[in-house]
Amino acid sequence: MTTSTPTATDTATATETTAAPRPARRRFRWRDYGRPRELVVRYLLLLFVLAITVGPLLWQFLTSLKSTTEDVFGTNATLLPQHPTLRAYEQVFDQVPVATYIWNSLIVVALSLTSQLLFSTMAGYMLSKPAWRGVKGVWLLLIASMMFPFESIMVSLFLSVRDLGLVDSLAGVWLPGFVGAINVLVMRAAFLAVPREIEDSAMLDGAGEWQRFRYLYLPSALGSMSVVAINTFIAAWDDFLWPLIVLRSEENLTLTLGLARLQTSSFGYDQRVVMAGSVISLVPVLVLFVITQRWFYKGVSSGAVKF
Amino acid sequence: MATQTQKPVAGPDAASGAVPAPAPGRTRRLGRALRPGPAPGANGAALYRRWWLPWLWTLPAIVCAAAFGVFPFLNTVVLSFTDAKPLGGAANFVGLSNYTRMLGDDDFWLATRNSLLYAVIVVPLMVLLPLLLAVLVEKRLPGIGFFRSAFYTPVIASSVVVGLSWQWLLKDEGLVNTWLEKAHLIRDAIPFLSDPWLILLSAMGLTLWKGLGWYMIFYLAALGNVPRDLHEAAAMDGAGPVRRFWHVTVPGVRQTMLLVGVLTGIGSLRVFTEIYMLGSPTGGPGGQARTLPFYIRDVGLDPLSGNAGYGAAVSVALFVLTLGLTLLAQRLTKGDEE
Repeated sequence: MTTSTPTATDTATATETTAAPRPARRRFRWRDYGRPRELVVRYLLLLFVLAITVGPLLWQFLTSLKSTTEDVFGTNATLLPQHPTLRAYEQVFDQVPVATYIWNSLIVVALSLTSQLLFSTMAGYMLSKPAWRGVKGVWLLLIASMMFPFESIMVSLFLSVRDLGLVDSLAGVWLPGFVGAINVLVMRAAFLAVPREIEDSAMLDGAGEWQRFRYLYLPSALGSMSVVAINTFIAAWDDFLWPLIVLRSEENLTLTLGLARLQTSSFGYDQRVVMAGSVISLVPVLVLFVITQRWFYKGVSSGAVKF
Repeated sequence: MATQTQKPVAGPDAASGAVPAPAPGRTRRLGRALRPGPAPGANGAALYRRWWLPWLWTLPAIVCAAAFGVFPFLNTVVLSFTDAKPLGGAANFVGLSNYTRMLGDDDFWLATRNSLLYAVIVVPLMVLLPLLLAVLVEKRLPGIGFFRSAFYTPVIASSVVVGLSWQWLLKDEGLVNTWLEKAHLIRDAIPFLSDPWLILLSAMGLTLWKGLGWYMIFYLAALGNVPRDLHEAAAMDGAGPVRRFWHVTVPGVRQTMLLVGVLTGIGSLRVFTEIYMLGSPTGGPGGQARTLPFYIRDVGLDPLSGNAGYGAAVSVALFVLTLGLTLLAQRLTKGDEE
């Protein structure tokens, strides 16, 4: 460690801790929030929307807990399971290679996370430094590559993956988007947000470029890296169309593909089992969401194009 | 910028401008003392002394953007003049025949109509409904954080998972039909999943439902920028909540509405999974509910009967539609600024 290191880290953390001390908590009173009538209407509306948005997912979960003696459909079906059981979850692992599907999905997620984080950070950093020749050209290339909707180039992409011999392989699923231009833009914006003065003072203290990158830029870009990581995780875990095009054999399917195949297979699986599979797919993203909520909303405002 | 025309050797120090660069000798001495890092070019002092270092750091992004972004598009245009097969073999130049085939292809026009219809119906609703929702959750009430998060859950769920859920809701013996029958509103089940029109409408409902939370967040950010005093002034003048919504809130978030319009318009042209899950892998009976991406996959990528050349021609059509929509939106935005 050189003597300049503490200065760089100190200044970096100083920019992060901007939160003001919280005002003392006042006693809670409903009337602070509005007239009673308005409040009742607001909460009724909120509950109504809650039923619409979460209802179908909740119902999916409840159905997966039902026992075989209960009706899932029809006039006799109840909303809550009368005899809750985890049988469907055992069955989905017994009858269907769900463990394999999950493993495959995890491989794609791990590959994507590694490449996206590493390469978008590297490229984003260099693009935030205008002091090299060709930076404009790279920038234009990245912007241009975002112009084409995936669906309009997927035929050509498939032919490329075929020529590389990656049809029906997880590498083929991962490769075409191994570093997204949008993530590079997000990282570049994060690095640009680091105040010039801090870098200058770090430089005066003798910090080399690698030191400045490692101890000044990287710590202050951690937030944006989380955004990239979360978006990448969700995109890879939830993706359907591209894996559907690339993957063929049963043992290579990702979880979303396996679920869709369950549903459309001629066997006509027990609905409780299919629902159990859906819940298994939903849980990781839900957990991630609950843990990292504030980054989620940041991800939206960073302008990722998603439907 | 002056720094850009300088020799790369000038390095990052030249970029900083305001502060004189440290003596090169000193930087080099310190650089040698550094631990090597995981990334290439770990030695700070050497970073710009080697002209190729910035290129090395950006290389993966360049390769990805070029090989899997720009090249596929150019290649799609080239392919559209050939009869390439998805599984390989020699491709022959066939001139414009893919395009002439496309113009006379009823299934292509059906898919185009479905995609455009999707945009026409989904865009206005997706511009308005999340805004209303954002207005509802904007006020900080006890528990509002829970509601906001809950409204966001459909966004993070996979389209396949929510598709499965909706499929079982909308089946002939599904929850929706059962409830409607119980309420004596209908006698026979509504064929949500077997009638092409109803498949399309159900898929639109699914798209809207899944996108609500996403665009709600867009609007929440925008609403924060609408000045409070405008609302208060309007309220003093006796404007009710509805009038205030149309005359204060809507003009305040105009730009965001345009952005959401463009994004949902492009998104509508990209719909695939919703139709696949609700209308079966064939895209409804006889493929009548297929959208353009669905049709591209069917004609271009089917391992047996597929014709990648023809699929590429349809892809070009899809791209032109997307581009047209973007340009249209740009025009609208310009008109807005004047």
